[in-house]
Amino acid sequence: MRITVEGLEARPPAARPEAAPALRGVGLRVEAGEQLAVIGPSGAGKTTLLHVLACALVPRAGDLRLDGADPWRLAPRALRTMRGRLFLAPQTPPLPPRQRVVTALLAARLPSMSLLASMAQLVHPTDLGAAFAALAQFDLEEKLFDRVDRLSGGERQRVGLARALLSPARLWLIDEPLSALDPARARQALGTLCDQARARGATLVATLHQVDMALAHFPRIVGLREGAIAFDLPASEVDAARLEALYAGEVAGHDASPPAPGSAHVADEDLVPAAPPVVCR
Amino acid sequence: MTATPPTAARAVLRDPAWSRRVAGTLLVLALCWPLLAATEFAPWRLLDPGSLRPTLAFLATFLPPAHDPEFLGLVARETWRTVAVASAGMTLALVLAVPLTLAATRALSISALTGRMAAGPLAARQALRALLVLLRSVPELVWALVFVRVTGLGATAGVLAIGLTYGGMLGKVYSEILESGETEAGTALLRNGAGRVQAFLHGLLPQNASELLSYTIYRWECAIRSSVVLGFVGAGGLGQALDSATKMFNGGEVATMLIVFVALVALADRASAWLRGAID
Repeated sequence: MRITVEGLEARPPAARPEAAPALRGVGLRVEAGEQLAVIGPSGAGKTTLLHVLACALVPRAGDLRLDGADPWRLAPRALRTMRGRLFLAPQTPPLPPRQRVVTALLAARLPSMSLLASMAQLVHPTDLGAAFAALAQFDLEEKLFDRVDRLSGGERQRVGLARALLSPARLWLIDEPLSALDPARARQALGTLCDQARARGATLVATLHQVDMALAHFPRIVGLREGAIAFDLPASEVDAARLEALYAGEVAGHDASPPAPGSAHVADEDLVPAAPPVVCR
Repeated sequence: MTATPPTAARAVLRDPAWSRRVAGTLLVLALCWPLLAATEFAPWRLLDPGSLRPTLAFLATFLPPAHDPEFLGLVARETWRTVAVASAGMTLALVLAVPLTLAATRALSISALTGRMAAGPLAARQALRALLVLLRSVPELVWALVFVRVTGLGATAGVLAIGLTYGGMLGKVYSEILESGETEAGTALLRNGAGRVQAFLHGLLPQNASELLSYTIYRWECAIRSSVVLGFVGAGGLGQALDSATKMFNGGEVATMLIVFVALVALADRASAWLRGAID
């Protein structure tokens, strides 16, 4: 799916009305099948951007086109069809805890399923093979018939990502896919997502806090800071100076005094080091 | 570390919620006092010898409970009729409540996906809520008295009365159960293009099934009690039998029927626990 965004302004529904909009004049053009990572400090507007692209948030100003169409000018039925071609994976995987993994996975196919078929799906899941194959991509195939609440946080997150592989979507919007994964799993998960999106020709937009992972897996990197695009470059041109500028003042800006080394604050994922190491190329 | 904080820090450490909580509690107590006066609540009148003696005399006739085979046969038939009225009424209530719930609950609003519900859907939901209020604000006894005139004496009036009132109750509580639980799973499905009923079945039902089930069975239990009350106005069943036994001061028969009620309520309780365990 092709994305064109111009002069985008948006604010999440829960934001205080007097707060500055989370996105201020964002412009972006993504070709069908392209893969890009959005990086930037916490509160930069990464999730808001994904929500606007997922038609989960109406922009306050600016122009949004998905495959040339403005989703907010579509009739309700057409908008729903459009949503069926999008897949938004929130940071916390939205899996019902009391559902089995297989049912939760196959729910990704609901947009292309009749009501009767989706009812039958609850009692007797069909296409177990596809669900198994999607899980196997994330080394979770033995969890197919387990209940979601029996999984660890990292396993849940990977099931949430495996859902994307089953959805009929042409645009994957993945929010922080690695927040609960260890480095090895994170590398594998991100590699799988990129490979599978490429194999399907689906456009992939992911927000990431792990700068090294973003640089290693994505050909194009968008740096977002304070609701505006700081840079939009091929990964090879993103250097330490740009990253330092992107994350500058992060720790000092939020707190009057920077936390002492070794204090609990440092472990917080919000506090990204001023110059993230550029490794794993 | 545990030294008393300086004065400035103590002002900061004052819980800002505390004074509001105290004021709220006092306000509720002040509002409750006139209610107590209005209900003329005077429990000591229970101990007045003039009223205590006949009450005790009636209670004394409860023992032994009536147990002759003919009467037991009658109780069994009427119990069956009562359970049937309650179950048929609940079925009618479910037929009303399930579609109303799906249409009325905020958790399945597509326009609210972007934050605020649009004006049209909001108005439609308010109208459905008003319909649910109307259905349940008319007591089932009044519905029954209306329907007795239409359908004549008998169980049909009871079934219709329970169906309407309980449809309103179930619709309200179902939609509140769906809204108060985790709605993320359903929202995510709607965002990814699933339909409302699909999002309900795959996103909301899994978490809420046991609460919905337990409330439904509790309401079935209430419907049994209710159908007994409706029996007093001619809707048949145990209520009618209980009515005549009380009027005849036949304590033994009243006792037998009360034992049946206790058994039915206990049965509903066990069934609820077992079913919730089974779907867990």
